Amino acid sequence: MPGSSDIAVRMTGISKRFGGVRALQGVDLEVRAGEVHALLGGNGAGKSTILKILNGVHVPDEGTIEVGGKPLTSHSPEASRAAGIAMNYQEMSLIPTLTVAQNIFLTREAKTAAGFIDDRTAVTRACEHFDMLEVSVDPRRLVGDLGAGQKQLTEIVKAISQDAKVLILDEPSTALAVSDVERLFVFLRKLVQRGVAVIYVSHRMDEIARIADRATILRDGQNVITADIADLPIDTMIEHIVGRRSLGLADVERGDASRGEALLQLDGLSGVHKPNDVTLTVHAGEVVGLAGLLGSGRSALARVIAGLEPAVAGTIRVHGKAAQIRSPHDAIDAGIALVPEARATEGIIPDHSVETNMTLAVLDRISPFGVTDRAAARRITDEKIKTLAIKTGGRDLAVSTLSGGNQQKVVIGKWLATDPDILILDEPTAGIDIGSKSEIIRLVRDLARQGKAVLMISSELSELLTACDTIAIMADGRLHEVHPREHFDDPALAGTDLGHRLQAAEQQLQNRIQGALAAGEENQHVDS
Amino acid sequence: MSTAETRDGGGGALRAWLGDWRQNIIYIGFVVIFVIFAVTLNDRGFLNPNNLLNIIRQTAMIAVMAIAMTFVLSAGEIDLSVGAVAGLASVTVALSIAAAGPVAGVLAGLATGLAVGVFNGWLTTRIGIPSFLTTLAMMGIAKGVAMWVSDTAAVPILHQGYAWVFGGGAVGRIPVLLFWMLVLGVIGHFTLKRTSFGRRVLATGGGETAARFSGINTKSMKFRVLVLSSLAASLAGMLYAGRLQSGRFQLGEGDELSVIAAAVLGGTSLFGGKGTVIGTIVGALMIGLINNGLILMGLEFSQQLIARGGIIILAVALSQKR
Repeated sequence: MPGSSDIAVRMTGISKRFGGVRALQGVDLEVRAGEVHALLGGNGAGKSTILKILNGVHVPDEGTIEVGGKPLTSHSPEASRAAGIAMNYQEMSLIPTLTVAQNIFLTREAKTAAGFIDDRTAVTRACEHFDMLEVSVDPRRLVGDLGAGQKQLTEIVKAISQDAKVLILDEPSTALAVSDVERLFVFLRKLVQRGVAVIYVSHRMDEIARIADRATILRDGQNVITADIADLPIDTMIEHIVGRRSLGLADVERGDASRGEALLQLDGLSGVHKPNDVTLTVHAGEVVGLAGLLGSGRSALARVIAGLEPAVAGTIRVHGKAAQIRSPHDAIDAGIALVPEARATEGIIPDHSVETNMTLAVLDRISPFGVTDRAAARRITDEKIKTLAIKTGGRDLAVSTLSGGNQQKVVIGKWLATDPDILILDEPTAGIDIGSKSEIIRLVRDLARQGKAVLMISSELSELLTACDTIAIMADGRLHEVHPREHFDDPALAGTDLGHRLQAAEQQLQNRIQGALAAGEENQHVDS
Repeated sequence: MSTAETRDGGGGALRAWLGDWRQNIIYIGFVVIFVIFAVTLNDRGFLNPNNLLNIIRQTAMIAVMAIAMTFVLSAGEIDLSVGAVAGLASVTVALSIAAAGPVAGVLAGLATGLAVGVFNGWLTTRIGIPSFLTTLAMMGIAKGVAMWVSDTAAVPILHQGYAWVFGGGAVGRIPVLLFWMLVLGVIGHFTLKRTSFGRRVLATGGGETAARFSGINTKSMKFRVLVLSSLAASLAGMLYAGRLQSGRFQLGEGDELSVIAAAVLGGTSLFGGKGTVIGTIVGALMIGLINNGLILMGLEFSQQLIARGGIIILAVALSQKR
């Protein structure tokens, strides 16, 4: 049995750029055989990038990787797999047209004596794994027919069934109930006793404290600290994760948008799975932020309001009048616009021009008798380019030639062209650089000042705290708490510099999100 | 996958199979059309063994190409060059037999398919040209080369042994073509459903990113299915050549559409990830059956085209999930 000092993975000086964005800068990660090593960091800290490099999906620009003492020279999923590394992806490694069992054992199929694939054995073995975790997933079903939770379970079993030397689990607990997480932990303990190295990623600090032996914390693509869990109380962990915010965001003036009429009122709104019974009001001139972890139901709520998913219960009122929203078209007519999360697929048509993209949602309005009024289209486009300060060589250039921040402004411009009263922004700053982020946040404040009601989803807490007047915390599809922004300020820190105060507020918010999560789980327990 | 599971339990399985009727429309449709023709065309000799064997003879080449096409479509690609490649191979086979004998002829035929397939695969996976365009261009190139090297004339094949093995022969009354179709069908079926190669092909077409993340070399899979398809096309060309005892550039012309129709009728998805070789063969037989029946009915060629198109649309429409 290997001693605890054996190094299973040693990544040294890893750097990676995506276009102009530095995702990782000289990051070191050392994982011992026989330990559970937590990898922690906020959104955009570089966790998933470094894991994807270890797993061969990305090729590092600089740095070296050793697995089990041997340097990993070629970077591909096959090479990493051959080196004994297994990872669960967030649903991305599953083939919808194959069954659960076929997916789990893809490329490692059980064979009959004659060398043919033996799917029955695969089903039996898959059952054993699911039984061990005491979850029920039918291995014979097509993955395309499964819900998100079952897909994630399949991903987890696919990873743990590989008999790997290094097992990477990326947020495995989002699909699991508390009792299932316990069983996963028991299993992981057994694995590490056999000398397997486990890299565990989770946003749930209490889990980390229970399962991990050591932790490495990343922030903004750099190492912050690697330490034994015993030396990292949860408070300290959060402090390291949040860090000292750059002033880029902190110096955005929140200003004093006066709250006007209640523009958007949700009463007991429920979707098919999520959201669940959400009651919330957004006033004219107000920015309401939705905080919560992945899967907390924030995006689902946005999609229900925007008519992309059906509401099964509750009402949506706009300007105090009940609105019947059954399609995105209804939502646009009601004055609601959603800037979606996945910019590249849901926001823009990358190869089309700025003008085409900008006028897509208002085509009907500028096309009398079905013929598009090009002059009107140009006018709208030029006006938005000017007011949103979009940096582009011209309205005829393809949107794909713009930077991420400017692409996002095009999406926002496209929806502002519909002249909405209510604007919903889902992760508006995802994947754009810090400078453009503060520009987007300023823009959000401006829109509120113009009297629009803004609902904003962001996983970057500093952003929510900078942009919002009110912050609502979601977990498990439910709205748990609604606080005015000031509640997160520590009165004791009044007068100290903005960055410092923002950092403290962020820790406060992070704690509340964790609290909501725990409360949600207790409810779940009672329910079941 | 449904067919594998249906064996597990007796009556319940049958009910599941019928409940899944959209998936199995091809088999139901085949039986229905066969029965209709058997009843209405009995007096015109539809059920005459010679007529039925003729259907096999006319369908075998389409079936051979369609078996490989099932792999291509399952991997999310397409091959439009199969008909032209069959024509080209028939010419190279005939010329090589005349020059150096039957063994050289067979090797030349397969080499033709291999060369085209490697070129198709290379352009598609290395240069990144979609297979639709690669093989569309190759369709013209292959036909052009075939016309050029044969001087647009038929090249006779005088070697009787070759002609017997590749398409012309019969064991008793059973045409050799039936054996080719059955043997390749069985190999194709097991390769797709029961080997890791087949599983990787289905995974590549079912979700390319996911397949790559699972450690599958998806480019290599696409390369291989395109080579496989051209090889099958060259074999089909050799069968045409053997059956007609000559190589001609027109052989196989337009077959790509029947080949793709056979696979899609059989339940293979044009979008990848789903394919069945058995369905494909039945699809090919069904197209042959329809052609035969319409001819026996005495329809004119123009009417045959319209009726055939209508039946194919109906069958595919019925197989769609709502």
